Amino acid sequence: MSPFLEFFREAAAVADAEVRKLRRDPTELLSRAVQPVLWLAVFGQVFSQVRGIPTGDLRYLDFMAPGILAQSILFSAIFYGIAIIWERDLGIVHKLLVTPAHRSALVFGKAIAAGLRGLVQAAVVYLVAILLQVHIRWEPLPVLTVAAGVFVGSCIFSTFSLFIACIVKTRERFMGIGQVLTMPLFFASSALYPVQLMPGWLQALAAVNPLTYLVGALRGSMIVGGTSVHALGTSFGIMLLVFALLLALASKLYPGLAR
Amino acid sequence: MPSSAPPVAISTVELTKRYGEFTALDRLDLSVPRGRIFGLLGPNGAGKSTTIKILTTLLDASSGSATVAGFDVAADPVEVRRRIGYVPQLLSADGALTATENLVLSARLHGLHGRIRVARVSEALAFAGLEAVANKLVRTFSGGMVRRLEVAQATLHRPEVLFLDEPTLGLDPVARKTVWERLRQLRETEGMTILITTHDMEEADVLCDELAILHQGRLAVLGAPEALKAEIGPDATLADVFVRFSGAVLDHGGSYREVRESRDTVRRLG
Ligand SMILES: Nc1ncnc2c1ncn2[C@@H]1O[C@H](COP(=O)(O)OP(=O)(O)OP(=O)(O)O)[C@@H](O)[C@H]1O
Ligand SMILES: [Mg+2]
Repeated sequence: MSPFLEFFREAAAVADAEVRKLRRDPTELLSRAVQPVLWLAVFGQVFSQVRGIPTGDLRYLDFMAPGILAQSILFSAIFYGIAIIWERDLGIVHKLLVTPAHRSALVFGKAIAAGLRGLVQAAVVYLVAILLQVHIRWEPLPVLTVAAGVFVGSCIFSTFSLFIACIVKTRERFMGIGQVLTMPLFFASSALYPVQLMPGWLQALAAVNPLTYLVGALRGSMIVGGTSVHALGTSFGIMLLVFALLLALASKLYPGLAR
Repeated sequence: MPSSAPPVAISTVELTKRYGEFTALDRLDLSVPRGRIFGLLGPNGAGKSTTIKILTTLLDASSGSATVAGFDVAADPVEVRRRIGYVPQLLSADGALTATENLVLSARLHGLHGRIRVARVSEALAFAGLEAVANKLVRTFSGGMVRRLEVAQATLHRPEVLFLDEPTLGLDPVARKTVWERLRQLRETEGMTILITTHDMEEADVLCDELAILHQGRLAVLGAPEALKAEIGPDATLADVFVRFSGAVLDHGGSYREVRESRDTVRRLG
């Protein structure tokens, strides 16, 4: 069998098992949706009223909705590392690693599962956005673009999280580092405010932050009148590149979890 | 292809593992012929799990070499992985999945697909005696059920060599004997080579054909249980052999505690 086909079959096996686990635990999925609801319903509503952040012709709530979608993707994907450390402590990782499966397929399978989970999460955020009367674009192409962005974004941040987990290896250290990493990622992106409003140093950070490109792709497609700073092709190109890089790094470190 | 496989299933040459200054495994030389049930004994921290992890390609040796099923663990890890099964020290079937799902995942990662996979998975469920609970979540299983599942899971792909790290730890006497029976069955029907670690002297005595006692990372003694006992004296038990070669004292239960110092058992999983 071709190694390529083998790779995808192995990744599919891992993703399948992950998705089964997710389906059994919908409460977890729903509880992760609480945060975006609060951001949109409270923060978004208030800032729309005060018009504190200039967003051109867009209502602030509309401007913010794609940012909150991206944020919810980031925050839930970043928990993947905890799950990996948990699996390490239980010896599940060891069992996967003694199979002849490609190490990269094991990591890729987890990323796919995270991507699928992200899509469910996006559906919840859409629901909240509808309730708050955000002006959503419903043409097929924009909706598919958002889905693709959500999927790739989830892959990126879950693999990033796995990568960190492979380095720190314990839950306590991961919890500390998880906080330290997600907050800057979130605030040094265009999720809550246009990049142009940031001071120069923050703009520089935002330019190398994958979340910025995810927010850009989503903002250009999700809402009526939304525009992206970067061309769609640029955003997706950079995101795929970042994912490929993280996949390579994480696959290199993943076997170290058994040590 | 058992007929063309080499007669030696596992061999190590001066196998050494260092963690910084600390030497966990010190120039271990072992040779296990095919079809044996081989027991690795030794006090906590003797280097048993370390040895298994190197032989299963989970851990790199610091120096020395090892071959399993004819392949070098460092040079051909994937070929080794195709030919081995591994049951870790802690119960580690995925509790959030059912018995069938655990088996299917392993089968798929070993490249078993289609009808073969379906057949192997149902064989495995029968082998483990878990057909009635095949679609129950593993987290609802008893320790004995999980262990049976794990043995079945580790042998789905018909490995040549099976590694089990303390396979009967924490099992009741009946569950323990069931696991022994399964292992003997695999040796008889498949000609499988089986390497286990254990702290259970009875298990070492009745299950294993040959034993190695490790002490502080070194091979202290090697031989068949009968021969080892005979060496000590006419009425010697395996426990006496163990005490003699490992500097440990035994509790009445047949397990022992270390005399010199209490080891860091938090690390058990490593
Ligand atoms: N990652 C590690 N870093 C440092 N030392 C380690 C590491 N893993 C194991 N050790 C040490 O290596 C020694 C051998 O450990 P190992 O797990 O092989 O022992 P064992 O014989 O399996 O013991 P047990 O009967 O408790 O399972 C121990 O002293 C342990 O503390
Ligand atoms: Mg051990």
